[in-house]
Amino acid sequence: MMNATSFENPNPFESRKPFDTAKSFNSFDPLPRSAVMSNARLLRAYLSEARFESLRMFRVLGFSLPFLVLPAALYLLFGVVLFGEAVRNDLAAGKFLFAAFAAFGVMGPGMFGFGATVATEREQGLLTLKRALPAPPGTYLLAKLLMTMLFAFIVLATMIPSALLLGHLPLTFAQCARVTGISIFGSLPFCAIGLFIGTRASGKASIAFVNLIYVPMMHISGLFYPLPKFLRSISPVWPSYHLQQLVFAALGAPFYGRTAVHVAVLAGVTLVLTALSIRRLARVG
Amino acid sequence: MNNEFWAELSGVKKRFGKTVALDGLDLQVRPGELFSVLGPNGAGKSTAVSLMLGLLRPDSGAARLFGRSPLLAEPRRQVGVMMQEVTLAPELRVREHIALVSSYYPLPFTPVEAMELTNISPLAARPYGKLSAGQKRQVQFAMAVCGRPRLLFLDEPSVGLDVRARETMWATLRQLVHNGSSIVLTTHYLEEAESLSNRVAVLNKGRLIACGTVNEIRALVVRKHITCSTALLADQIAAWPDVESVTRERERLQISTSNSEAVVRRLLAADPNLQELEVRRAGLAEAFTELTQEAA
Repeated sequence: MMNATSFENPNPFESRKPFDTAKSFNSFDPLPRSAVMSNARLLRAYLSEARFESLRMFRVLGFSLPFLVLPAALYLLFGVVLFGEAVRNDLAAGKFLFAAFAAFGVMGPGMFGFGATVATEREQGLLTLKRALPAPPGTYLLAKLLMTMLFAFIVLATMIPSALLLGHLPLTFAQCARVTGISIFGSLPFCAIGLFIGTRASGKASIAFVNLIYVPMMHISGLFYPLPKFLRSISPVWPSYHLQQLVFAALGAPFYGRTAVHVAVLAGVTLVLTALSIRRLARVG
Repeated sequence: MNNEFWAELSGVKKRFGKTVALDGLDLQVRPGELFSVLGPNGAGKSTAVSLMLGLLRPDSGAARLFGRSPLLAEPRRQVGVMMQEVTLAPELRVREHIALVSSYYPLPFTPVEAMELTNISPLAARPYGKLSAGQKRQVQFAMAVCGRPRLLFLDEPSVGLDVRARETMWATLRQLVHNGSSIVLTTHYLEEAESLSNRVAVLNKGRLIACGTVNEIRALVVRKHITCSTALLADQIAAWPDVESVTRERERLQISTSNSEAVVRRLLAADPNLQELEVRRAGLAEAFTELTQEAA
């Protein structure tokens, strides 16, 4: 049983200078009842979460290096080193390669960044802790989303100079801006696919599930090479197909279908899968 | 806002499938107290805490935090939490973890202050993944207090800590309660609960079997322990009425009895040279064992 005398012992907290000065409360004084979360503090919570999520994903080199370096490196390998001559004489082929690696570059961070990390962090109790702590609603998912968009931006920020300087691709400023914007927002449906898997699969299984969708999507949506006719008819089921058509449109290259339809499909995939995942997180955690 | 209790469960029932985790539980956490929730494994301690934090919803009955629903953000912003099983990002540094958690609160300590208060300043720049198990607990403790919470939930906070780190944590907890915060502690270290708690609740099989101050809980066990130095024989005393057991430790006898006054009187009468007489109540650990066995 505690009594007053226990506090008369010399305690290490009272001599601390920082608490005697700037602020009007003593060390360890609890929150005043009147303390309310200002909008500025709320914004700061969202920004902190996004900042530390990005910081930590950049520090995991096994995650950040492949996703940040590979798209530009592969584009340079195929578009400059191997087929540079052909691409220079065929502008359409150059734009096709650029669109392929741009779409490829924004798929990975979203699918793996959400799929594997959400599943693992759910298992490790981090999501439960975030729910118990007063983390403002959505900070966790929004932070991951911003991290993915930042990755998409960096992918484009390395690919565009490569295309302009080494790939001999004559892109206007407006085309560069459009393709960057489309790629950043185009990463959202892939985040939603990853999140959908991450909220349902275990940490280890999630990587397998993500690959199960990622690899076929890369190869049979017509991203890298023209598909045979029987496959071409089913390529619109893959979100990557629609993203690639939008990138073509942004680059002023010929594309299939209508941009409004492509945007609607990508937005639909994002909204439906995100809603299902959020419902699952709220119910099951 | 009802400020009588800072956290409250009233008539809460909770099942997981066929298992009844809580069976009509009432618990109240008052302002400015250290409240320990004790119980054997599976007693329902974690479920009770999860309900108060809004992590689970009761099947029936109500959970309240500062008189309001624990699902609301506003009451939860006055709460700090330290959980037993959680893995934090190993790539982030200690001060980054604390900065992140303190950003969730309206008026937190700065990370530097929070680390100084919990004595972990030397760890500030270390990646969390490189810390020892005990150091990780210390960091989680700093994360729990960095928001200047009025109510703190700690689940087995001192597991893995060395003696010095545990002493520091205890001193911090006492200071927090002294300054007006309340703490809900779930622990298996009865010594910890005995030394820190104002009140204790003992749960078993989802029910509250005892609740009160440490002394009140200890008093629930009638048995007392008498030790003395005497020439009397152990076997002889063991035959007396109300004597439960007698053991000899070197020259001292230890007698357990449910009627200490009568036994002491008889001891003094039988051996005028009896020395070093001591009568002791059951400790919290003994009371706990007895209470949970009775209820089983």
